[in-house]
Amino acid sequence: MSVLKKLATSVALAGAMLGTPAMAEDDVRIAVVVKALGIGFFEAAAQGAEEAAAELGNVEIIYTGPTDTTAEGQIEVINALIAQQVDAIAISANDTDALVPALQRAMQRGITVISWDSGVAPEGRQLHLNPSSNPLIGNMIIKLAADHLPEGGDVALLSATTTSTNQNIWMEEMNKVMGDYPGVNVVATVYGDDLADKSYREATGLMQSYPDLDAIIAPTSVGIVAAAQAVVDAGKVGEVNVTGLGLPSEMAGAIESGASQSFAIWNPIDLGYSATMLAYELSQNDIEAVPGAEIPMGRMGTLTLDDSNEGAMADPFVYDASNIEDFKSIF
Amino acid sequence: MMRHIPVREAILASAILLLIVLIASRFAGFVTPANLANVFNDTAPLIILALGQMVVILTRCIDLSVAANLALTGMAVAMINVAFPGLPIPFILAIAVTLGAMMGAINGVLVWKLNIPPIVVTLGTMTIFRGIIFLISDGKWVNSHEMSPAFTGFPRAAFLGLPVLSWIAIITVIAFGVMMSRTQFGRSIFAVGGNPHAAVYTGINVGRTQFGAFVVSGALAGLTGYLWVARYAVAYVDIAGGFELEVVAACVIGGISIAGGIGSVGGAVLGAIFLGVVKNALPVVNISPFWQLAISGSAILIAVAFNARSGRTKGRIILKSAEVTQ
Repeated sequence: MSVLKKLATSVALAGAMLGTPAMAEDDVRIAVVVKALGIGFFEAAAQGAEEAAAELGNVEIIYTGPTDTTAEGQIEVINALIAQQVDAIAISANDTDALVPALQRAMQRGITVISWDSGVAPEGRQLHLNPSSNPLIGNMIIKLAADHLPEGGDVALLSATTTSTNQNIWMEEMNKVMGDYPGVNVVATVYGDDLADKSYREATGLMQSYPDLDAIIAPTSVGIVAAAQAVVDAGKVGEVNVTGLGLPSEMAGAIESGASQSFAIWNPIDLGYSATMLAYELSQNDIEAVPGAEIPMGRMGTLTLDDSNEGAMADPFVYDASNIEDFKSIF
Repeated sequence: MMRHIPVREAILASAILLLIVLIASRFAGFVTPANLANVFNDTAPLIILALGQMVVILTRCIDLSVAANLALTGMAVAMINVAFPGLPIPFILAIAVTLGAMMGAINGVLVWKLNIPPIVVTLGTMTIFRGIIFLISDGKWVNSHEMSPAFTGFPRAAFLGLPVLSWIAIITVIAFGVMMSRTQFGRSIFAVGGNPHAAVYTGINVGRTQFGAFVVSGALAGLTGYLWVARYAVAYVDIAGGFELEVVAACVIGGISIAGGIGSVGGAVLGAIFLGVVKNALPVVNISPFWQLAISGSAILIAVAFNARSGRTKGRIILKSAEVTQ
């Protein structure tokens, strides 16, 4: 099996290498390295990278990655890219530390290295692009509910487990900005443990305990789907709006049934676009990635780097009935 | 069937009633008939699985693979539904039961022919089944909009005021009541668990009975797999994660002896309902989520302690004389 996978990786690499000589000599070659090939999310990111390349004009995108999500596979890919002398590598890493030596070798050879989506340790890249930030997400989840409650109303949170770090941070950030949404009250926080059945029961319980509930915010992909189903089964579509963080492929049914007006998650197209823009700026325009630097990324504005050379791209992207069709087949 | 009202079941039933009264004092809406019907409907999968598990435990075995079997069958039928949306539901049900029974048969054969301890066999197959779900699904979800309306609608369809899911549980309970008391297979299950050696002397094939128990448990897990996936309208690798322990807990609360041979259909059903009431009440009685796990666990321990005391001298071992002469 692993031999086959290696073979497939080498074939993919050979393909990538064969493709290059046909290009013009002075094209900037930016390699977009993903966790594994064949994943809808990353295919969409590649689409965004191509968009950036078209906008920049003289850029060639090399979209590559291993066939399974292993650090070893990515190291092979990186070594091949070093041999090809690409101008920049933008990587979504399978391992924070394991890739550092290979990426350092790339940087020593003058290749610009940035990470996006899933980061590399600071010594292995020049900057890291986060799809969003905890404060932005915390603000977005309450905004999603508040946008459909112009008069204010009661909302409840359906989280994952009581110990889920991400969800707890987002809810904390949400509480900090509650003052911006007058009239919106969080009446309860319940935990569905990221189990479909428990989340469903908790959502049902919320609707019983708070008959006037206007929205359920679930910042977890299992919870949001289960809550939407519970709302449909309780016949409360239109009364209780389910929102939060979810994937378009998983939430398409909930948008269609009306149980969810809108939800949010990063937009992979924007992410691929921004990563390409940043890689181009660093490699071609002599911009240095230092704490506090503001680096332009085309239509996505600018990226401000923090002390560890990380930056957040944007607010999570909102999906609703108008765009769900385009994204549900992507990820 | 019941010569007199069994003590164990009576105690458990009153505990459930007391619990419901307590809940009602904090949240009156809980005792409305509509809500109680919802609670029963929500507990239906647990009831069905607990009955299957009961049969296995009675034969001195245990089936830890039920939740994984449920998840694998659920994923398989969901993927079949995506591939052939027009396939009628009776076919889906038949496929689910057959697939589940096949997985149960794998457990059964390993226990019967290779004499591997059931807990080891089913721990192994549990992991294998979950792994297979990952292989066939590639880790992806099957989502509600990909399933056909008939597929997700079947367990919800109302019939005489109750959803089909509830009716399936009721039918299963009746079928098990008859099977355990009136059929040769049902009686041999008690015999095998009560005293395997004596059972052999009476001409019962212990291994084959255990095999049969695993097949029954697997078939019910398969059936529940479809119902589960259709009810929650989503299938992914981790559905019903850890549910096997809840199923075993329902049996233990219901007075099914882990040592085999002692237990009743009524006990398993009441045990499942007890857990179902606790699970459905916790979200509405405003107890901090941090306490909920501890409360669930204590409820189980208390129930079991009650059972252990009340059932100490009242074991219903049949073939008692055979055991004595052995």
